[in-house]
Amino acid sequence: MKNENRIKSVSYAKWGYIFILPFFLSYAIFSLIPLADTIRNSFYEYYAFGLKTVGPNWTGLSNYTSLLSSDLPKYAWNTFVMWILGFVPQIIVALVLASWFTDARLKIRGKQFFKVVIYLPNLIMASAFAMLFFALFSNAGPVNSILLRMGVVGEAIRFMESTLGARTLVGLMNFLMWFGNTTIMLMAAIMGINPSIFEAAELDGCTHIQKFFKITLPQIKPLLTYTLITSLIGGLQMFDVPQILTGGKGAPDRTTMTLIMYLNKHLQAKNYGIAGALSVFLFIISAILCWFVFKMNTDSDPDGSKSAAKRAKKGGKA
Amino acid sequence: MENKKSSGRTVLAHVVLIILAFLCLFFFYILIVNATRSHAQLQLGFSALPGSSLLTNFKSVINDPAIPILKGIQNSLIVSGCCAAIVTYFSALTAYGIYAYDFKLKRAAFTFIMAILVMPTQVTALGFLRLITGMGLDDSLIPLIIPSIASPAVFYFMHSYMQSSLPKELIEAARIDGSQEFGTFNRIVLPIMKPAIAVQAIFTFVGSWNNYFIPALVITSKSKQTLPIMIATLRGADYMNFDMGKIYMMITIAIVPIIVIYLLLSKFIVEGVTLGGVKE
Amino acid sequence: MRKKRILSLALASVTALGLLSSCGGGSGGGLLSGVQASDGGKVLNIYVWNEEFQGKFNENYPQVERLSDDKSIAYLKDGTEVHWIVNPTQDGVYQQKLDEALLKQGRAAADDRIDMFLVEADYALKYVDPEVNVALPISQLGITDADIANQYRYTLEAMTGSDGEIRGLSYQATPGMLVYRRSIAKAVLGTDDPETVGAAVADWDKFYETAEQMKAAGYYMYSGRADTARVYSNNVSAPWVKNDKTVVVDPNMMNWVDRSMEDIESGISHNVPGQWNDEWNKDMGPDSKVFCFFLPAWGLDVCIAPNVKDTAAAQDWAVCPSPQSFFWGGTWLVAANGTDNASQVRDIMLTMTADRDLLRTLAMNYGEMSNDQPLMEELAQSPDFGIELLGGQNYIGVLSDVAATVDLSNISSYDQGCVEEFQNTFGDYFNGVISLDKAKDNFEMAITERYPWLVGGGVLWP
Repeated sequence: MKNENRIKSVSYAKWGYIFILPFFLSYAIFSLIPLADTIRNSFYEYYAFGLKTVGPNWTGLSNYTSLLSSDLPKYAWNTFVMWILGFVPQIIVALVLASWFTDARLKIRGKQFFKVVIYLPNLIMASAFAMLFFALFSNAGPVNSILLRMGVVGEAIRFMESTLGARTLVGLMNFLMWFGNTTIMLMAAIMGINPSIFEAAELDGCTHIQKFFKITLPQIKPLLTYTLITSLIGGLQMFDVPQILTGGKGAPDRTTMTLIMYLNKHLQAKNYGIAGALSVFLFIISAILCWFVFKMNTDSDPDGSKSAAKRAKKGGKA
Repeated sequence: MENKKSSGRTVLAHVVLIILAFLCLFFFYILIVNATRSHAQLQLGFSALPGSSLLTNFKSVINDPAIPILKGIQNSLIVSGCCAAIVTYFSALTAYGIYAYDFKLKRAAFTFIMAILVMPTQVTALGFLRLITGMGLDDSLIPLIIPSIASPAVFYFMHSYMQSSLPKELIEAARIDGSQEFGTFNRIVLPIMKPAIAVQAIFTFVGSWNNYFIPALVITSKSKQTLPIMIATLRGADYMNFDMGKIYMMITIAIVPIIVIYLLLSKFIVEGVTLGGVKE
Repeated sequence: MRKKRILSLALASVTALGLLSSCGGGSGGGLLSGVQASDGGKVLNIYVWNEEFQGKFNENYPQVERLSDDKSIAYLKDGTEVHWIVNPTQDGVYQQKLDEALLKQGRAAADDRIDMFLVEADYALKYVDPEVNVALPISQLGITDADIANQYRYTLEAMTGSDGEIRGLSYQATPGMLVYRRSIAKAVLGTDDPETVGAAVADWDKFYETAEQMKAAGYYMYSGRADTARVYSNNVSAPWVKNDKTVVVDPNMMNWVDRSMEDIESGISHNVPGQWNDEWNKDMGPDSKVFCFFLPAWGLDVCIAPNVKDTAAAQDWAVCPSPQSFFWGGTWLVAANGTDNASQVRDIMLTMTADRDLLRTLAMNYGEMSNDQPLMEELAQSPDFGIELLGGQNYIGVLSDVAATVDLSNISSYDQGCVEEFQNTFGDYFNGVISLDKAKDNFEMAITERYPWLVGGGVLWP
């Protein structure tokens, strides 16, 4: 009897390994080996010279130093600014909407309709969305045409020729694409708060504003932090929207050039050395952010981690 | 007094919501209206009323050999469909492996996946491209599909869902009935996981449908391009982009199928965003 | 223990991979050594950046039997399928894709190999280079000097490698001209007669005198700085890059910068940022106040005509010589080394670029300036060779004078990249976003990203 049990448990352990094998095999082949190769390339001078190739020649850290002395900090800053431009309105609007949607005393008509509509842009192909904005906001495009006809402006606004205009457009698109998603995440978190806390507060005569700042916010803080971090990771990967809006140029004056656009530029030009070094920089930043996410997920934190993991699933873009 | 205040808030909430809904829908409205107008009509400025060139634009889009959009839709469907199937199946499989069995590296495996949960794929793009070129898989749809076997975030979702909805006694009972391990997973676990699988399949499908960065680096030939790559070529300056009606129509074709699917499944999708989350 | 084994396994594969990839690299050298041209392939692959040549081929090449439904494949009478691979020129995409395919030429299956590709003058030398050996000399295809005796000399010189071999042929000559609106000419200059208007823009001084008149009357002289850029960049005194090392910015490029900025500020230019965009289209449309455009012959058909079709401006155009001569575009047919359809490629090249009847058709039906000097001189005299868009004017005469003077001696494989980056980076200056010095800095940075081997050489400004 005892013996039989042992055999059983041993054979089951084998199944555990078999079931997780495809995942780890796939990850090793398509992520770990490429990571090692990327790091290796970062130490070489290695690029395409027209139809010929230069290198690979070992150059140590020179790719790193030449990157740091380039405009890399500027691109990091651009990425950050455009992320903030989308994230701040996104989180504020999402908080307000989520507290309205979950407020039983507020009778909102067509709640379901609004939820469906605000979530819609999240599913739109970012590249098509950016191409649409490019067409709509071009100097001779429909938006200018409408503004001119309404007499709002005297002459066409050159949206994409000013730093403010181009960055704002990117921020606006990111906002539109993500505020609905965040609203729904936050709603779930707010509904997870024990209703008796609200009831007690109401008995004490708390106003809506007080309830929001004294109860709702502190209660959903873990999820807010989680949203922040995953959105940062999404922001770090910002590419499709500014790439297509500016045709990969990051115009004007490269003030909308993001880190990944810069990486893409070197990948397209087949400059493996510089692209490798840049990837390593990005890897380090990502690893730090991953560590935060890891910490938050593995700390037992019942009111948010799981729904937050959902958020992480889409962490791709933001 | 209280009532008045509350109704004031209600009005405010409705106004804000209507403005936001307008923002979300307005651009798509212009898109669809413009897709019905000819190049010459579009040159005259914006008009809120649809034109009569819907069919002309549609025909000129699908008959353009430079941007074979039907082929693009087909490629996108293949990639997104395969990804959705592979991601959900293998994520559930991995999650089940870690959830249902006890083995020495179980904790290590779980910790590892959690550590790479949100690691961006872009940071290894360089090595990935070199790898698949070395394997002779460049300019092929395969490298857009197979690597999705390892999807940490979907794994985590499945794992959480199992914790709340898959009693271990059930697995035990199946064993007693003589079910094999793979059989148990395929016949008993997968059906229980249906809601989670459906939600993740939809999100994976959409994510893959919209994916641009890696496909644009992997695919070189026109006949293998996915939709986002074709959309991106519209941005390039060339004389074939002279017909603005055609451009709006192409964007419409890329966007509208997803909108239609979404509207059909909207209730399910919106709820799915937080499924397995805090409410359980 | 197990962990260690997994790790070492991973490392082993990395090393193997590393070895593999360093083999693929290799520095320089004859690229396609071992690749042979041959005959009898079933599929003929042609790389192009748009459908212009494809359309002319499908409609005029006598061997075409029928087309596939989506027109992406042409079936020849001998059963060969012609496949077209289209990638856009912008940002060097066409060249990237072409290069990738050429590098794989040696190990590609016969029917996947490139058989022919098209190039433009501003990067042609990259492919004509005998050292990279990706293009077949026409002599190897059996095309003789007598076959191409009528072609404009410059179209042959542009394709001559350092070994003296010609590696590409063109069906067109692309000298530029000034295309103007008759109605505005009448309103401002009192006449739309090409002789008189030509005299009013005969050189830059006269051009700007006329521009002032246009401005005073409420018109714009031209659309944007990209229109004049080509006129300046074609008239430089030296190639862009010296010894594959140092970028030398020609004084004439800076003249363009200064002049464009002045024109934007004074309102002589309509300040459209670039070409091939919605605004440029509208400037050619019926409601525009823009007087003239700098275009080659194909520009009439490709740029102007679609924007004025069925409108009041459909015949409101005429042409005269530009204040300074220039050329724009030009498409050369190149036989790829390693083609498995050598005899068909030869026939396509010869028929499309040297068959007089076909070239006459191109001129008549597409407004093409065909690459046949005697034919063009004949057509220039022909009274019935006028086109509707120009109200019946015969523009060949204007062009054949320019064609004889086109000089490509300062062109190099860097032209496309340098001109594109120059226009991009100075665009921000014209838009008032950055200073002139910042624009120069940005150009230096952009050029070293595009051509990493120029990093040490620096950029010399006039």
